[in-house]
Amino acid sequence: MRYFPHTPEEIDQMLQVIGLTRLEDLFAGIPTTCQKTRAMNLTAAWSEWELNDLMDAVSDSMAVPPAYTAFLGAGRYHHHIPAVVTALKGRTEFLTSYTPYQPEISQGTLQAIYEYQTLVSRLVGVDVVTASHYDGATAMAEAALMSVRITQRTRIAASALIHPFYLQVLKTYLKPTGYQLIEIPRDASGRTDPAGLSDVSGLAAVIVQSPNFLGCIEPVSAFSDVIHHAGGLCISGFTEALSCGLLKSPGSQGADIVFGEGQSFGLPCAFGGPGLGMLGTSKAYMRNLPGRLVGKTHDLDGNSGFVLTLATREQHIRREKATSNICSNNSHCALTAAIYMAALGGTGIRKLAEINHSKAAYLKSALKQAGMTLPFDAPFFNEFVVRFPDGFDRVYDRLIDQRIIAGLALEPFYPELKSHYLLTVTETMNRKSMDALVREVSA
Amino acid sequence: MSDKLGTTGLILNEPLVWERGKPGRTGFSMPSEDVPFSPLAEELVRNDLDWPDLSEVDVVRHYTRLSTWNVSVDAGMYPLGSCTMKYNPKTNERQAGLVGLSDAHPLLPAPLCQGALKLMANLEADLAEITGMNAVSLQPAAGAHGELAGMLIIHACLEHRGERRSKIIIPDTAHGTNPASAALCGYRPVPVKSGPNGILSPDAVKAVMDRDTAGIMITNPNTLGLFEENIREISEIVHFMGGLVYADGANFNAVMGVVNMGCAGVDVMHLNLHKTFSTPHGGGGPGSGPVCVQKHLEPFLPVPRIVMQNGAYGLSRDFPLSIGRLVTFYGHFSVMVRAFSYIRSLGPEGLARASQLAVLNANYIRERLKAFYHLAYDRPCMHECVFSDKKQQAHKISTLDIAKRLMDYGYHPPTIYFPLVVPGALMIEPTETESRDEIDQFVDALIAIAKEAEENPDLLHDAPKTPKMRRLNEVEAARKPCLAG
Amino acid sequence: MKDISELQFPETVRYAADHEWARPDGDSVVIGITDYAQDQLGDIVYVELPKIGETLAPGEVFGTVESVKAVSELFMPIGGEVIAINSALMDSPDQVNADPYHDGWMIRIVPAQISDMDLLMDQAAYITMLKG
Repeated sequence: MRYFPHTPEEIDQMLQVIGLTRLEDLFAGIPTTCQKTRAMNLTAAWSEWELNDLMDAVSDSMAVPPAYTAFLGAGRYHHHIPAVVTALKGRTEFLTSYTPYQPEISQGTLQAIYEYQTLVSRLVGVDVVTASHYDGATAMAEAALMSVRITQRTRIAASALIHPFYLQVLKTYLKPTGYQLIEIPRDASGRTDPAGLSDVSGLAAVIVQSPNFLGCIEPVSAFSDVIHHAGGLCISGFTEALSCGLLKSPGSQGADIVFGEGQSFGLPCAFGGPGLGMLGTSKAYMRNLPGRLVGKTHDLDGNSGFVLTLATREQHIRREKATSNICSNNSHCALTAAIYMAALGGTGIRKLAEINHSKAAYLKSALKQAGMTLPFDAPFFNEFVVRFPDGFDRVYDRLIDQRIIAGLALEPFYPELKSHYLLTVTETMNRKSMDALVREVSA
Repeated sequence: MSDKLGTTGLILNEPLVWERGKPGRTGFSMPSEDVPFSPLAEELVRNDLDWPDLSEVDVVRHYTRLSTWNVSVDAGMYPLGSCTMKYNPKTNERQAGLVGLSDAHPLLPAPLCQGALKLMANLEADLAEITGMNAVSLQPAAGAHGELAGMLIIHACLEHRGERRSKIIIPDTAHGTNPASAALCGYRPVPVKSGPNGILSPDAVKAVMDRDTAGIMITNPNTLGLFEENIREISEIVHFMGGLVYADGANFNAVMGVVNMGCAGVDVMHLNLHKTFSTPHGGGGPGSGPVCVQKHLEPFLPVPRIVMQNGAYGLSRDFPLSIGRLVTFYGHFSVMVRAFSYIRSLGPEGLARASQLAVLNANYIRERLKAFYHLAYDRPCMHECVFSDKKQQAHKISTLDIAKRLMDYGYHPPTIYFPLVVPGALMIEPTETESRDEIDQFVDALIAIAKEAEENPDLLHDAPKTPKMRRLNEVEAARKPCLAG
Repeated sequence: MKDISELQFPETVRYAADHEWARPDGDSVVIGITDYAQDQLGDIVYVELPKIGETLAPGEVFGTVESVKAVSELFMPIGGEVIAINSALMDSPDQVNADPYHDGWMIRIVPAQISDMDLLMDQAAYITMLKG
């Protein structure tokens, strides 16, 4: 095996140093009752040639752009990934190092993550952002638990238009705690209904996502005003980080805790993972944050450098009283996002976000002209809902044969939204493909 | 030529990324605008984003320079205990980067993503066979997330039986994440001391196990690098009181092909794909922490699960007893692809060989160093061995000094001050991918440092001197937190 | 860490086994941690104190003190109502290291029972305990 450097002679010599004769003797202390009684029944080893052929075949069997035109989003987005991002994130000094517990020899990771924390805190409008979480959904669940710790209250209200999978994760985390979750219903415009938030007293937090799962931009300030009045916290977030390049930041609209998914920043869809959980808050609550933080300091010679800091919040020190159990995070994804953000720049993100919105607006109005119903009139970013004629599922399947994926059916998530589809358009979609979709659905 | 591995090259300084930028530069190729510009209402739009503008060359120089300030497994031995810093095969990266796998949208209709679903189903089956468990979910995003999944499963199982228990037993040789994971399920950790031989005795468990205790979280092999030989008896004690046994499988690299966790009485466990199955640590993640269960706990696994329906793979949430969803989609798929690639590259004999050589390397280090450093438990170990600074304390030298001095010799230090049961612990895990030559050189460095501790302790107090930075002031960082620029 | 002989243990305060001190001052009692405690912890980076107005029983946790790699809970040496906290420690936790008995004080309480002070150790008893 090419990963094992030992020659048979070396193995013998090493065994001799230990005072054993066979490799099997190394396991003599393990009771036979705990041992396997036969060799593992697994596929025999493949050569690199065989592995490549078989994996190429798996890859070729998958429906991906550009062979397929996919109007899919809903938490994962097909954005262009510049070659410079792929090249730099692949540097193995970043990829094959561990958590930077030894700062003298980990300054590369530490400075890059400090810069990530800075760029994301400016993007989302809060003072402090963690070094990363697993994904947007777990970041939101952590935000909810954080609000309970801060307010010492145990009821949380969440918009019904948060990504359904995020709400499912939140319920998983809350189940053993006994904390109560209240859903705030939607209104006719496709937004969360502030009037649905009748009883705010005693709430730890209100959670809203903007743009929401239907693509609509939420009036976050309206929710933060109400909940602040009642002494609770406003938690706001997003599944599409690119929207923050154009829209008002959650922090500037009064969010106390911000969560989000950063996959759009240079990470491929990768069949759902890994993504990048973003989580941030104000200085006042930073000691309640879960997960790692990188901070600035100096070395013995007075040079500035970076270390992991405020570690007393974390599991390895505070154990069962820690702010979370998280240890490994998605650091390499944060690094990738940092490289992407640096390449895009402040001018670039604004432009790219505008292009996303303009393209989505183009498709939306083209579908309207073609006679489709657009049920929600709230402003949107790069996703919107269209109601196709009844029986559209047969057309949907026919389009798949033509390698067009006409969005995501919403009925499985909201049974009342029969024949409603969520369509997503990014900069990777061209006018020709959008015109083709309009032609096909109105045929 | 000096025989010391550590040296200095031309290391370049580099400012913070926003100090490099100039308004008007760009490092991004914008697509052509083939649709009319569509403005959003002014009140929705921001004008306050302060990000720098850089050229592509700026970006390349910046991150290339930063990368040279890191040490990594590709550059050299990284013997961090309990972290399994083995070589990360390059073919794994190739497979994970294949366009059909890396660009696949998670909400593709099932007929369009059969390849990915089949790969996940095969990986689940392989991990079940490797551990000796019955069913697997790949959803947990990291080891601690796998622990949380395990605790939620135990909680849900007991609740299904109509029971609510308040405590969980956690030995002092368990991973630090264990108590925090248990606390998320409302369980109060009951600490249990390991015996004088470094392993847990059945009597110690018997003394605290009762019907208000949900079970035990046991790291096996434990953080002293020792196999918990009494695991079966301990499992019987816990089961007799209606509790469940959770095994932290972070150290599974020691026992592939040897141990059957099911036979050992384990009900639920997790693996770390980023340790045992060679996926890179990425400076702290992403990892992947699959949770593996016995048949009786299968109904509680997270959803969605991969199912076979009418000859095709699909995803189903139709498991009413499930603990629910743990991540947005299905877990860290591209980490799974790497682990699958590793398992297929090694085959069953290769995996078993990996464990044999990992244990061989650790015992060889233990034997060669024990005359120079105090061995916390002088008995054969599994994949890692734990020394302490007891002998060096006479010269006012601490574990931290030894660790920092190792950097000057060209090594990433071992894990230090963990496990807590060994004061001043120095926990070394070489893994199977280090050759005898590399290990001899590492051992010689540690022996040289032991000698320096006696003869010239200031060399250690002032270490490291070779890396780009000297010791950093962690007190300053924590007293006046500066977490963004 | 220093030898016990190098540490300060004034006669004017009373000592608890958990290494807090208490000093009567008019009708109130001032509380902090001993020179031994600060020396064991090393550089203190953060102190968390209770809200003014809280009433705490003897032995109850009134806050935490953190070094870079450890967290310790602070226990009430005697019971009472918190009437003041040393908010200067928020910005300068190092005062606990530099001057544990004066600038590094933590809370001022109105004791529930001033006679509880008699249950605490005097200087000699505390030093004897430390020498074990």
